[in-house]
Amino acid sequence: MSDLLAARSQMAMSLGFHIVFAAIGIAMPLLMAVAEWRWLRTGDARFLTLAQRWSKGTAILFAVGAVSGTVLSFELGLLWPSFMERAGPVIGPLFALEGFAFFTEAIFLGLYLYGWSRLSAKQHFQAGLVVAVSGIFSAVFVVTANAWMNAPTGFELDQGRLIRVDPWAAMVHPVAWHQIVHMVLAAFAATGFLVAGIHAFLLLNDPGSFLHRQALSAALIVGAVPALFQLVSGDLIAKSVAHHQPAKLAAMEALFRTQDGAPFVIGGLPDESTQRIPYGIHIPNLLSILLHGDPHATVVGLDAVPPEDRPPVAVVHVAFQVMVGCGLILAGLAVWAGWLWWKGRPLDENRRLLWALALASPLGFIAIEAGWVVTEVGRQPWIVDHVIRTADAVTPMPGLWVPMITFTLLYFVLAAVVVWAMWRHIAASDRGAPRLAKEVAV
Amino acid sequence: MFSLEAALGAMLVGALTFYLLFGGADFGAGMWTLFPAGRFAQEQRALIDRAIGPIWEANHVWLIIAVTILFTAFPAAFAVISTRLHIPLTLMLIGIVLRGTAFAIRTHDVASKPDGVSGAPPIWHRVFGWSSLFTPAMLGLVLGSIASGRAAAPSASFTETFISPWLAPFPVTIALLTSATVAYLAAVYLLLESRDPAFADLFRRRSATAWVVVTILGGAGLWAARDGAPEIYHGLVQTGLGRVGVGATLLLHAAALWALLSRRDAWARVLAAAAAVAMLWGWAASQFPYLVEPSVTIYDAAPPATLRLLFFSLCGGSLLLLPLLYFLYKVFKGEVIAPRAPADKLS
Repeated sequence: MSDLLAARSQMAMSLGFHIVFAAIGIAMPLLMAVAEWRWLRTGDARFLTLAQRWSKGTAILFAVGAVSGTVLSFELGLLWPSFMERAGPVIGPLFALEGFAFFTEAIFLGLYLYGWSRLSAKQHFQAGLVVAVSGIFSAVFVVTANAWMNAPTGFELDQGRLIRVDPWAAMVHPVAWHQIVHMVLAAFAATGFLVAGIHAFLLLNDPGSFLHRQALSAALIVGAVPALFQLVSGDLIAKSVAHHQPAKLAAMEALFRTQDGAPFVIGGLPDESTQRIPYGIHIPNLLSILLHGDPHATVVGLDAVPPEDRPPVAVVHVAFQVMVGCGLILAGLAVWAGWLWWKGRPLDENRRLLWALALASPLGFIAIEAGWVVTEVGRQPWIVDHVIRTADAVTPMPGLWVPMITFTLLYFVLAAVVVWAMWRHIAASDRGAPRLAKEVAV
Repeated sequence: MFSLEAALGAMLVGALTFYLLFGGADFGAGMWTLFPAGRFAQEQRALIDRAIGPIWEANHVWLIIAVTILFTAFPAAFAVISTRLHIPLTLMLIGIVLRGTAFAIRTHDVASKPDGVSGAPPIWHRVFGWSSLFTPAMLGLVLGSIASGRAAAPSASFTETFISPWLAPFPVTIALLTSATVAYLAAVYLLLESRDPAFADLFRRRSATAWVVVTILGGAGLWAARDGAPEIYHGLVQTGLGRVGVGATLLLHAAALWALLSRRDAWARVLAAAAAVAMLWGWAASQFPYLVEPSVTIYDAAPPATLRLLFFSLCGGSLLLLPLLYFLYKVFKGEVIAPRAPADKLS
């Protein structure tokens, strides 16, 4: 394994690990706030139990998210020192602001997790809201930095050096808006459907449980609405990618040559050597319609960039298909649940819906991982699009497979431990609720 | 002398100071779980979990603030440090990950309770203790290497480039000193937070022992600096400002022992923290204006537009944060400080 591949693998694995906890950290506070708000409104202590149960499990996920995020901020330099040396002055302030958002989040998380008996009920509820909002702000800053890597602005290039740096330009970035909306919606949709799926599964075994019914409805609200909006966001971001990163879009759609009336390809395994897509289903003109609203519009293909500047097509295309597929399934579930709700039918008695939700619970996170692969692998071979090549940014440190394997093993162990700890929390809910309410109170 | 570079360098030292005093003490507290507490075992676990549980994640962010200042304002230094010190930094990160995860598992396991009963398997308690010891040592190793002048020196072989900067007497002494210092700070802080007098006496003995260890390692560090970090040695011993700094550190350190032994626990807390700050600032001042001895200074900085934006972001962020942090500490530590140490004693 080359050092470049090892460094990329380590970065991909670290991001892929962290993004799960980051997304949960954005959305779980809102879920807990919904439960707590209902407790404040109704005075029904069972809502308090639900909020506390969720908060105890979330505490572990938050901690893992915080420390895995720390790893990333150092890995920017450990793996890509010359990237940070050049890009630091442009996107560094975004990370500093992210640091403050994270700080706010950590302060209020401490107040939230440990303050049940030290703050008034209202203060406690507000602390939860601040955690939710500052989590979103963290995402805004980090995703804006990533958007800058996809479509860099705010500097002039002089023999590979970035001069006349304007860090403000990176902050008000044209592409950032689409990426931020897409990521934040994804965090809510994925977490909402994950939690809904878990409680749907528990309802299958324990029909009529008040706790799980309320948990299911709160999680579905938090997950379903963003899952529907995600369709609009996906359309907007695709158009933005087509404009700013035509090579990435061509790889997503496996469009090898520039053409009028480009087809949309569903499935398939693109073969770069033959420029064909075996097993793919071609729908004529659909890509041109989706991107430009005109069946005969021209769509730029991979042939528009030199071969050495093309991203790996198969990975990006398959990841894109997986993301879209998962997103469509979740949107379909959102419509189904919404329709039942509209008709006034109790969701928790529809076993088919419960089974579907339980089976679909990991799909949101699969979509997030796949989407991250699309945006990162789709930018290759560049770390900063058309400015710095990934291969030129990698550290001169040899033997990078050692830290790569080390972090891989570490994260596998941690993932297993977190799943184990979460399972204990979920399994504990089979015991009597009143006893647990006392046990969980901190 | 005032420049944006110097101001941001001071802010970097400021972030490290907070990290030492607060984040460091959280690691130190974890270290004490490695030592048997006899009949106080469960009480010790409850005390430490209660003391650091609500605040450790906030305290940890100081490190992130420090690293963002470094890579935004001083990208050249960040590139040198993260290239040459790849190995100890990676080890430190593994420690950070293990410490945070182990603490969360042990305190937030479904069967864990605030009275020190933990449902997590014993291995996570050991991981928590050992990673709490290991992580600050790796940070100290990194800081010692930066100060030594070996991290930015010219090099040819793999060993010279990636190993020798940190595998040397001076960085290793600073590594031990860092772990000892945070353990000492934690023991002094916990002294004030333990309610049972007999239990408090355990932490008084531990504080005094740690004081001795810190003194020995501090002396050893200064001695090792003679050959291992000549610029730092020169700054501390052969300049007027340096001598004042060393003298102030020694005075504060001695006063902290006096407060400890005479049971002025609140004073001990303030003086121990002040001595640690004096030591950190003495190092920073003796290294000024170098960020990485002997070649990268704070004037190898980002363009002024970036420095201005970062400076005002940090000022604005601090205005928001410091009151919030104060509130966090007041909620969880207010009763610890208030009844046993009236406000006039602390100020």
